[in-house]
Amino acid sequence: MLDELSKILATLDLPADWIGLRGVREVTMTRSVRDSLPEQNSQSLTQGVMVEVLVNGQLGYGATNSLQPAHLQRAAEQAYRSAIVASHHASHHVTLADRPKVVGQYTSPFLKPFTALTPGEINEVLVKICQTLKVSDQIVKTNAMVTTTETESWFLSSNGSEVYQKILRLATDYTATAQEGTRTQQRSDNGWLARSYQGGMEHFLSSDLWDRVKRIGEQAVQLLSAEDCPTTNTNLVLAPDQMLLQLHESVGHPLELDRILGDERNYAGGSFVKLSDFGHLAYGSPLMNITFDPTLPEEYASYGFDDTGVPATREYLIKDGQLVRGLGGLESQTRSGVPGVACVRACSWNRPPIDRMANLNLEPGTSTLEEIIAAVEQGVYMHTTRSWSIDDQRHKFQFGCEYAQLIENGTLTKILRNPNYRATTLEFWHNLVQVGDRSTWQLFGSPVCGKGEPNQIMSVGHGSPVCAFANVEIFGGGN
Amino acid sequence: MSSPHQNPSVTRENSNFDALDAHLSELEAGFQQLVEALLSDRRSEEHLTLELSSEQSQFVRFNHAKVRQAGHITDGWVTLRLMKDERHSLREFPFAGEWAIDAPHATAALADLRQELPQLSPDPYLVLPSGTNTSREVYGGDLLDPELVIPTVLSQVDTLDFNGLYAAGSQIRAYADDCGQHHWFATRSFSLDYSLFTPTGQAVKSTLASDRWHTATYNHHIHQAKTQLQQLDHPPKQLARGHYRTFFAPTAAAELVGMLCWDEVGEAALQQGESALMLLHRHEKRLSPAFTLRENFQRGLVPRFNHLGEIAAPEIPVIAAGQLINTLVNNRSAREYHQVANGADSSETMRAPEISPGTLPPDRILAALGTGLYVSNLHYLGWSDRPTGRITGMTRYACFWVEDGAIVAPIENLRFDESLYHFLGENLIALTNEQEFIPDISTYSSRKTGGIWVPGLLVEDFTYTL
Repeated sequence: MLDELSKILATLDLPADWIGLRGVREVTMTRSVRDSLPEQNSQSLTQGVMVEVLVNGQLGYGATNSLQPAHLQRAAEQAYRSAIVASHHASHHVTLADRPKVVGQYTSPFLKPFTALTPGEINEVLVKICQTLKVSDQIVKTNAMVTTTETESWFLSSNGSEVYQKILRLATDYTATAQEGTRTQQRSDNGWLARSYQGGMEHFLSSDLWDRVKRIGEQAVQLLSAEDCPTTNTNLVLAPDQMLLQLHESVGHPLELDRILGDERNYAGGSFVKLSDFGHLAYGSPLMNITFDPTLPEEYASYGFDDTGVPATREYLIKDGQLVRGLGGLESQTRSGVPGVACVRACSWNRPPIDRMANLNLEPGTSTLEEIIAAVEQGVYMHTTRSWSIDDQRHKFQFGCEYAQLIENGTLTKILRNPNYRATTLEFWHNLVQVGDRSTWQLFGSPVCGKGEPNQIMSVGHGSPVCAFANVEIFGGGN
Repeated sequence: MSSPHQNPSVTRENSNFDALDAHLSELEAGFQQLVEALLSDRRSEEHLTLELSSEQSQFVRFNHAKVRQAGHITDGWVTLRLMKDERHSLREFPFAGEWAIDAPHATAALADLRQELPQLSPDPYLVLPSGTNTSREVYGGDLLDPELVIPTVLSQVDTLDFNGLYAAGSQIRAYADDCGQHHWFATRSFSLDYSLFTPTGQAVKSTLASDRWHTATYNHHIHQAKTQLQQLDHPPKQLARGHYRTFFAPTAAAELVGMLCWDEVGEAALQQGESALMLLHRHEKRLSPAFTLRENFQRGLVPRFNHLGEIAAPEIPVIAAGQLINTLVNNRSAREYHQVANGADSSETMRAPEISPGTLPPDRILAALGTGLYVSNLHYLGWSDRPTGRITGMTRYACFWVEDGAIVAPIENLRFDESLYHFLGENLIALTNEQEFIPDISTYSSRKTGGIWVPGLLVEDFTYTL
């Protein structure tokens, strides 16, 4: 596509200050099995080109799913006319500095290609997963799903940019539903689509697959006879498959500069963080170190360049508890005067790029899991996101988990069902009292982060160690 | 149980069909050509369905009464499903409406499906298309000239902190299969979803949506929002957690009731133990006799056909007087669970939900509320305990503390956590005697059609937790 887009870029006839073309070709394969019977086998192809045109300090866009020169010329003219009209009411003045020249390539590393297994072989594995999940007759439903995505993108611009990226993503989801009388409990493989990685089929046929699957079924059954989570204020230990949500909702979104600048207020919301907080606000305890890192090879939202062509680098957003940097690309950095990162991304060719969090990780501390649990006299250890809700300023949140264990006198004891907790963001992070070491650190992700007008679903990655928080309000289900 | 309408042939065109782009006619011809080509290539024992989703959309995003982003999208894709020997698979590919562009995609997709299908296991619950339904519904709107959108919208709000999205253009949904079923649904519409903010961050949120732009209507809409904005010009009241009598305006009620409209009323979710309405389904709980929920396709806002070309009945009662009397059943669930299908789509979600109005007149709302909360908008709802129907979420924008029937002050946002069996059950005091249409303005992947008709809800002892 590179040659085709180069020729089209050269022939676009517009009196613009700058033109950018971002072509995307994405193939997604999804296969799912329910109760050992095929449910979905599908493959989707989407391809198209986003044309961005800069005129009078204003960007306009036009996008089409056709690669025909005439259609791209029409899209460019629409973008140009949009920019002209909007330039009389521009929210800020965009310059070429916001779309610098860049040349480069990035390809996701992988061990086994997506074609390593035939469709029939993938279905056979999914059926076997369902059979393994059904550890007893109390398991009334089993699900197994795998989805792969191969995304190629080409970014070319009138100031000489030329970037090619090929991203390979794989996500899996296995769930067992257990039922006894009117009681129903679900257990999944670290949460809905949490096992989302860059790479190939090695993430599907991993060495621990069958142990994980068997444990999911067993724990679903265990939850049926477990006690309900108590209602109290106590110490809360969170596993990495719940920390992924905690990071995403209470750190990632509030630090997005476009939210702080107000762009999202009508939809996703704003942020309790103010521009003046950067460099000054103590976001959490000194144990809190948050990095933006799109350079980790296996993490779900890694890339070489964002969708404006800015090279990706690892940066600290919060260092020793202090807020130092925001999640915003070049335009947001100019508008806010706050340092940011290379995070301007679009979900596909048919949406304009905006500030997105990509990979956001909590850096490891020094405690082993055994040391963390041993240091807790009374508390609860919660695993795996089940439900989530947070206010539009990212202040008051309530999250639920699939599975929990009571901690009594430094020892894990009873299993608890329906564990939930609620808190406010800064108070919660200031109560971070223990951070696990590298041995407790796990990587997860999600393909379904929603934001933007028009709406965009985006991939994100989150790595975290096990963490402990003091004095958190927890409660169970029912009524 | 209601069953799908047998063999109806629906044709509806409004008087503004001539206003539709000639391009829409080209897309219709392009889809038809694709259908004919693929069906002519069909082999013995093969069954094919094709679904089309297409749009040409203008988007303008506003912040602080300025333009943040503006542009146009031309998109479309076909979903081709092949079924043979109890096996099925599908491919999606881009659709431009031009044979030279679309044919290679379609040919490759069919060849790919033929290679894959023998490798898959049989699906005992596969249902083949079997009807003879056809329909053609075309709604030509009268929209603002794209180049007049920005000056027209901003002319009324340039001194305000205005934020939101204008989305407009044409949308197509179509279907065809090897049985000869064929459906075409085209509409042209706009939505302006916006918020007006005070300097302290309080806001009024509203949506204007229609198939016709009337500047006078827009000006009136903004005038009303400005008036409401003045009510927010007081320091917000901080309320302690607890139980409060609450009136949910239709926009907020749509969020609450909308939680039931996903697959909660779907036969598969109920059979598989995942629905929040399990207790209602088992007659262990019931909702208020004042609560009635139905599918109502008679307003013509969404296509009536589903993924197998079946046409749902014009109206399907789902919850009547607090009792679940019909679930949504697609053909696959019907086969698996020995039920009667009623034209539900593949996900068994509601497509045209409507809550019946009650008896509370709008001018009596504050008096009936007395002392409590007037909630205009809710945010980020989720199941906190789905089997017991418990929902958590936040109040958001233009929510007020009311004392003795008079608005006192806006409130600091509150988190709630409450079971639907309470607020739609014994604690449901009244519904307003007028419904509002709350459009589905979602634009994930594509612009959506339809919305929900809902009255306001007056509820006793609603639980706020943080």
